[in-house]
This record gives sequence, structure tokens and C-alpha cells, in this order.
Amino acid sequence: MILLENISKTFHAKDNTVEAVRDVSLRIDKGEIYGIIGYSGAGKSTLVRCINLLERPTAGKVYVDGTELTALSAGALRKERKKIGMIFQQFNLMASRTVEQNIALPLEGCGKTREEIASRVKELLAYVDLSDKAKAYPSQLSGGQKQRVAIARALANEPKVLLCDEATSALDPQTTKSILSLLNKLNKELGITVVIITHEMAVIKRICHRVAVMENGEVVEEGNVYDIFASPQKQITKDFISTTSMLSSVFELMEDDSPVVALQRGDVLLRIKYLQADVSEPLISEVSKRFDVTFNILFSNLEIVDHAPIGGTVGILRGSEEGVNNAIRYFEEKNVKTEVLKRCTAYLKI
Amino acid sequence: MHGILENLIPNVMSKPDELWQALLDTFVMVALSGIIAFFLGLFFGVILTITKREGILSNAVIYQVIDKSINVFRSIPFIILLTLMLPLTRAIVGTGIGVQGAIVPLIFGTVPFFSRQIESALAEVDNGVIEAAQAIGLSSGAIIFKVYLREGIGSIARATTLTVINLIGLTAMAGAVGAGGLGDFAIRYGHNRFQEDVTWVTVIMIVAIVTLLQVTGNWIVRKNTH
Repeated sequence: MILLENISKTFHAKDNTVEAVRDVSLRIDKGEIYGIIGYSGAGKSTLVRCINLLERPTAGKVYVDGTELTALSAGALRKERKKIGMIFQQFNLMASRTVEQNIALPLEGCGKTREEIASRVKELLAYVDLSDKAKAYPSQLSGGQKQRVAIARALANEPKVLLCDEATSALDPQTTKSILSLLNKLNKELGITVVIITHEMAVIKRICHRVAVMENGEVVEEGNVYDIFASPQKQITKDFISTTSMLSSVFELMEDDSPVVALQRGDVLLRIKYLQADVSEPLISEVSKRFDVTFNILFSNLEIVDHAPIGGTVGILRGSEEGVNNAIRYFEEKNVKTEVLKRCTAYLKI
Repeated sequence: MHGILENLIPNVMSKPDELWQALLDTFVMVALSGIIAFFLGLFFGVILTITKREGILSNAVIYQVIDKSINVFRSIPFIILLTLMLPLTRAIVGTGIGVQGAIVPLIFGTVPFFSRQIESALAEVDNGVIEAAQAIGLSSGAIIFKVYLREGIGSIARATTLTVINLIGLTAMAGAVGAGGLGDFAIRYGHNRFQEDVTWVTVIMIVAIVTLLQVTGNWIVRKNTH
């Protein structure tokens, strides 16, 4: 649906040049929800603006639905843009127009009659669940409602693609959830390809099928969301994933010497992570029985990402030295990644 | 009542027709040059906005030419502009004096100021909204008329009020070319012939007009702020 070929974008300021995007090539398939994650300044916003040519790339080609946008005249590009909806972090609604007038804006001047526009607006308002706010002005709406209006406006011309530039970054977690559900709904029901730019891994985890991780203008890692979460390759990806996982809070406890992580001789503070899409086996009970060890669970974080469980557990493994080692080996055999965070072998010197 | 006024403002009461004519002259000068300057200023303000560096039809040459011309005209004190414009004024309206002769310099004195006001009024329109309009696929014309001028109405009304009030001040100076008007009336009688009551009455009339304009302007701004 979207094909980016060797996209680069360089900004020239007075004395310095900034390479916001460097030689990025991506293929986004029809009907998928594609996430692009990165810290601010990674170039992800510039990249998404290159898709509808709000920013014209310095080099490279952009194809959307088989048409090379970078080769089009201004007029033809305007026509193609009607097939590409876009929503923004700051919503970008017109303050002087009511909700229904905002949604009608893309429909005006397309040869539609007033009645056609009104009925389409009504339909869109119902779709985003805002029928009662038709006559309100944006300033009278909450952030989540404003984003719903922006989504309705973006959907007005029945686009094939929806670009979301940090669309949930200005919203609270609850509202973020409802907006993401709406994006999911329009992806499923209307078959719209969705591209999501975000700095929140939680957003990616919730609705994306595939993800690209950006750093310094480059895509450093790309793949299925499940695979990326299960076995991130780059440090930046690991950092992003750890922000969504409780499992990393154990490091804070260790730093604080919290009694929760105090070990006795022979204990192992262990982190286990499920790598394959199957945690139905009662691993911990099994290990406990087999090797006569106990596993005192401190944190556990199992989530469903892209319809498969993912996550892990942090706990204290206690037992004979042999039993503990065998248990760890058993985990590894079952394709569960183990990480010994701390081991207490020596006698504690007082 | 008449008697009281005769005592209070004898010099005004002795020439009510002239005062009426002065008021009318001021009104004609402000209205005519104001309306023409409004559209010219709006035009140049929009051109400046869309041709600047990040504008929707960025064009450095057009921007620089208009930008620098505005600076030049705004640097010339109005009283000097009045005399400088004389040949051009004669060529356009056929006379350099009277209300007609004042219109041309008034327009030249107002348009640069108003263009700048419009430029800054339109700069207040959120860039994100313009970006959204581009993403929707609106044409440049639609962005100007449906987004810039619509979203900017409040700021444009504020700029217009400011400019019209400014323009009333300029018409007083236009009295120097025999344009007539309230300012000219006040100088001829109030200042030159020491008829202080004339000065006070014209000042009160101008204060009333300015207040009325300001209140109307504020009302329009309020009506268009959501």
C-alpha cells in the first residue's frame, strides 16, 4: 500500500544541516497497522510527513496505492492526498468552525450537494460516537473528543490510508485506549491501512501488527510486533520495551537494596522471559516439583501482544545448588530465556 | 437648551453647517480610503503570508519586494508623504487638494501599516491547521479563503479597528492639503483663531467616533472567538 524507497530528508538551517531522515526504505502492506517508534528527534514525524509529501523528501520515491506521489504535479498530488487521511498530536481542528463544519471541510468543493455533505457528516459523527456534539465548537470538547472529530474529518473522503502523527501523545491513558480502539475498528471494518507514529511502546503493543524502530533518522529494527517484543536486537528497542514492562522495576529495587530482593545463601534472583508463543505449560510448578526448588515470584508480567502471550517473571529461586542449576537449565530447554540478575554464593560477611 | 449651548460653545454654534461639513468630510475620507485600504491591505497581507519562507506558496522574490516596499512607505512620515504624493494624486484623481486629493495619500499611508497588521494577524493562525488543510488536499485558494481568512477573522477585526482609528488620526493631518474634516476644522478655528470651544467639541466628537469603532471592533472579535 505504501512503499518508501531510499527516502532522505535534509533540513538546511543557517549554519548547519540536519539529516532528519537517512535512506529509509519501508513497505507497508494493505490493511495493516504499522507502527513507527522512536524518541523525539529520531525523524519519525518527518518520515510520516514524507508519505503525503507535507515534507518533500530530498531524495527517494514515495508510492501510495501504486501511484508515485513524488512524480505528481501539485494538482494531482492534491487529489491523491484525499485518499490519505492524517491526524495529529494537536488535533489541528479549525477553532472557528463547529464540529460538523470541521468534518465537512474536506467535502466542500468536491461537487457534492449540501444534502450529500450533511448526510455524510452525520454518518461520520455516528461512526466516531459524537452525534451529540455536532454543533459544538472544538474549544468545548475534551482532547479525546477533539481527536475523534479529527478522525472523522480524516475519514470524510473515504481514504485508503490513515497517518497518525503522535495522535495519542497529548491524551491521558484512558482516552488513549479509546482512540486506539477506534483506530483498530476503522482498520478492521473499513480496511484502512493505518500508520502510527509514537514514542510509546504501549501504543505499538496495543494495536500494531508490524513496527519499525527509528534512531537518528534511520530505521534500525523492523518486524512483527510479537517478534520485536520477544527478541529485540538493538539496545534502543530493548529500552523501549522495558518502558512497557514491570520487569525492569526489579533493577530499581536492587539499587535501593530493598528487603524484597534480599537473598539467602544459594538463592538466585532470576528473570525469565517467554520467547515462544506458548505459555500454557505450567513451567514453574513443573520445575518446583522436579528439582525440589521454590520460586518466589516478585513480579510477573504476561501480556497478549498480537494474539500471543508475551512477557516474563522475576523471582527468587531457592533450593540446593544443583537443584537451582538444573531448574535454570530446564527453563532454557523449554525455550524460556533466563537471566540471573543476582546470585548469593558466598557467606555474607558481617 | 439652545441658549445654554450658545453660551457654552458660542464659536461652534455660530457655524453649525461648517461643523457638519467637517464631520461629513472626515466620514467620507475614512470610509473611502478605509474600504480601499482594507482590500489592498488584506491582499498584500495574504500575499506576504503565503509567499514567506514556510508559506504555502513560498516565493522569496515576491515576498522581498512587498516586504521592502512596505518598510519604505512606513518609514515616510505621513505629512511628507502627503506632499510627495502630490503629482501622483493629481494624475489619479485630477486634484491635489480637498477630500479627493486626500484619499490617495491616505491609502498610501494606511495600506503598508494594515498589510503588516494582516500579516501578523494571519501568523496567529495555527500552522498545524494549515498543515491539516494541506493534508486534506485543499487547494491554495481554499486554504486562503476557508482557513486563513476564516480562522483569522478575530485577529483581522482587531487589526481593522486599530487601522481605522489610526486612519482618523491621519485625516486630521490631511487637513494640511485643504482636505477639510474635523481635524482641519479644529486647527483652523480652535488653534489659529483661539476658539477653544471648537477644539473641545471636535475632540469630544472624535473620542465618540473612536469609542464607537472600538466597541464595534471588540464585538466582532468576540463574536468570532470560540
